[in-house]
Amino acid sequence: MTIQKTNRRNFLKLAAAAGGGLWLGFNWSSTDATPIKIATNAEATSSALIDFNGYLSISPDGVITIFSPNPEVGQNIKTTFPMIVADELDADWAKVKVLQAPLDSTKFERQVTGGSGAIPHSWERLRKAGATARHMLVEAASKKLNASVSELTTDKSFVIHAGSGRKLSYGELASEAMNVPVPTEVKLKDRKDFKLIGKLIPNVDNHEMITGKPLYGLDFYREGMLFAMIQRPTAFGMKIKTADLTAIKAMPGIVDVVTFKNNVAIVGKSTWQVMKARKKLKVDYEPEGKLESTEDHNRIFKELLESKDAAVKRKDGDVDAAFSKAAKVITREYQCPFLPHNTMEPMNFFAHVREDGVELIGPTQTPDLARTETAKLLGIPPEKVTVNMTRLGGGFGRRLKADYATEAAELSSIIKAPVKVIWTREDDMMGGYYRPAVRYRFSAALDDKGNMIGYKLRGAGINAGNSTREDNFPAGAVDNLLIESIEHQSPITSCPWRAPITNFLAYAEQSFLDEVAGEAKQDPVQFRLNLLQKAKQSPVGAMKYDVDRMIGVTKLAAEKANWGKKNDVFQGFSVYFSHRSYVAQVAEVAMVQGKPVLKKIFAAADCGIVVNLSGSYQQVRGGIIDGLGHAMFGNLTFNAGAVQQNNFNNYRLIKFKEVPEIEVDFVDNGIDPTGLGEPALPPTGGAVANALFKATGKRIYEQPFIKQEGMGDVNISRNL
Amino acid sequence: MAQYNLQINNRTYTVDAEPDTPLLWILRDNLGLVGTKYGCGIAQCGACTVHSNGNAVRSCVLPVSAAAKSKITTIEGLSEKGDHPVQQAWAEVDVPQCGYCQAGQIMSAAALLSKNPEPTTAQIETAMNGNICRCGTYHRIQEAIVLASSKIK
Repeated sequence: MTIQKTNRRNFLKLAAAAGGGLWLGFNWSSTDATPIKIATNAEATSSALIDFNGYLSISPDGVITIFSPNPEVGQNIKTTFPMIVADELDADWAKVKVLQAPLDSTKFERQVTGGSGAIPHSWERLRKAGATARHMLVEAASKKLNASVSELTTDKSFVIHAGSGRKLSYGELASEAMNVPVPTEVKLKDRKDFKLIGKLIPNVDNHEMITGKPLYGLDFYREGMLFAMIQRPTAFGMKIKTADLTAIKAMPGIVDVVTFKNNVAIVGKSTWQVMKARKKLKVDYEPEGKLESTEDHNRIFKELLESKDAAVKRKDGDVDAAFSKAAKVITREYQCPFLPHNTMEPMNFFAHVREDGVELIGPTQTPDLARTETAKLLGIPPEKVTVNMTRLGGGFGRRLKADYATEAAELSSIIKAPVKVIWTREDDMMGGYYRPAVRYRFSAALDDKGNMIGYKLRGAGINAGNSTREDNFPAGAVDNLLIESIEHQSPITSCPWRAPITNFLAYAEQSFLDEVAGEAKQDPVQFRLNLLQKAKQSPVGAMKYDVDRMIGVTKLAAEKANWGKKNDVFQGFSVYFSHRSYVAQVAEVAMVQGKPVLKKIFAAADCGIVVNLSGSYQQVRGGIIDGLGHAMFGNLTFNAGAVQQNNFNNYRLIKFKEVPEIEVDFVDNGIDPTGLGEPALPPTGGAVANALFKATGKRIYEQPFIKQEGMGDVNISRNL
Repeated sequence: MAQYNLQINNRTYTVDAEPDTPLLWILRDNLGLVGTKYGCGIAQCGACTVHSNGNAVRSCVLPVSAAAKSKITTIEGLSEKGDHPVQQAWAEVDVPQCGYCQAGQIMSAAALLSKNPEPTTAQIETAMNGNICRCGTYHRIQEAIVLASSKIK
């Protein structure tokens, strides 16, 4: 059992409201939380408890309510967070009710979905919250039963006195528990005593999702609300020259047509009426900046890779000396295109700007940013803005931007009415904030024994910021290493995309290392293990990853896939550390009637303790499918600033038939958990490219794979 | 504007709408049946799948004027208590992640199984290939369809 110190100031009890019960606030403040109300979904908000104020509450009727503060995008946090609390509390999971908390930056420290950061941030905090409540309930039971605390155990929302066979429910104890002082120290469970953590626990919103209840931003409706769509410039670098709004103002159902910034907003009474009017809208645009095309980027990449202005991100040893004495130098370049996020639920937000404040409701990964940017835009204090999160129909980083929320607020302030701004799929795909396009140049210096004595990487990105991760493997394992980054700034907007940068960097790096292993005449897995061994014994420079954990997943994936011992398939390997977790993958390609078929991917993941086995499997499988689909097919191109793909008829997403079998294994090491929303995605492209090389003899240097020479007839199937 | 009597989930709804209004927007904006989702508007993603006389159709391209002639079932009407064998299987297998596409997935799967209670893997692939899931729940969808098939038998 671990003893954990708690900070009493972080745990505040609420004065018991009418009806009694235990409310335990966690970074709690005096403001009332208002659960989101969505359209007809009255059930979710009606409750025996009148005011949900705390993080966790237990009502006298035994209902335990846990607020989940973080936006739910499908990463399963709304199930996972409450599980952690409930496990330490020994709550009856079947009777736990989970509600999405609204934005409250005083109560909750981190209401963001991004960077796979929620679990590492909150693991201990959530456990302490559950354990603190449990402690108080046990103390209350001890008084009531006149038994010492050591004689009491807890299970399924009961405090049990085995000696006498008596037991008291948490509901019965809730009011008394309010009088127990908040402990300064709480005991956390031993791992072996977890009852929920590590199990397959289904999604708490399953019933609502499979019966079609209103859950998402696009489902939000309020009486009197107007619908709007916004015509944004048709190309990056364009501005409105003239807009003829008169014709469509008279169309059926249209309430108003207004322009602001470079937008024309059509406001109406229904989605379809707005869509129809929009087709008649006539806007002329003129350039206000550079109108860039994909061809321009290809030229710019070459310039950046030769430029003298790159920023040095990491330098170990003497790279020039190592390369000048090398027996062999290998230099390769890899390129990736821009990608849209394509959340299944397109961008949308509801805003109501009133005299006394602003109400924002919708799907956001970062509600606090929506608030601060709206406050700044409207010139009002942030406290005047409330933000409620709906469930998100996907995020993938796109909803880390607040543009679509502030735009709704701006429109509401102009038309002085509650309005929901809806993006069509075309708006969503053409409207910007993409995964940036990047080109990398890697060089390796080998000595005459095949040892990698020098390593160079330069990343050149379009609006990519730092396109490298300079402290990642193989940094630490090579004596002479140089990592540089250089960026071109473009009017084409970019933002994080699931596993930012690493979603492509890992493919490039792991493909390159595979090729270097081949040149060094070493097995690709053994080549990496040798490097890791060197990093362990004599690390070079700062180490930001755990070598043993990297070795652990490498060996586990190789073992599960029976690496190197199969005759009927061609195997490709990849291993990557990102967002604090480690994932290795083996991809298997078979030749079926002379054509390569990707049949299976093995994944070995180390995220420490697996909190929810069901959700974790899906995060790994889903991450792999995401990484695979975009590496194979994803491609967004530009002509004079205009996006050339705008819907699923000309932009290819991976489909049902096109996913391989995926086997997932987790390393069992009991380390405190880290996230899984991103880490399984980066290694996939490399494993697949390396397997395709073995099968076809062709290296893949650009994404999408399907467009590369010899790759046009690659199939993916788990059932072939 | 014209008036239409729509047979949806065994109820009759009367709506005033322009004849070209896709059924999707009638369901969502006029009737508050928002379980049917908008994803692409051009019948490419399957998020808007409903049943028209028992067939899986994309409601984003089905004009209300055409829908008025058929018996429509949406996710809200697939079962009274959310216990259609396909829905049960979806919950047991824990299919949804973000969940946005799942109503469409369930409607496609239910239409398949109503005509072919024991589909082969290839038949499942064909029936489900038009429903995109951006989270990548495809393995579990397949698993759930096989489970639902066993429940129907």
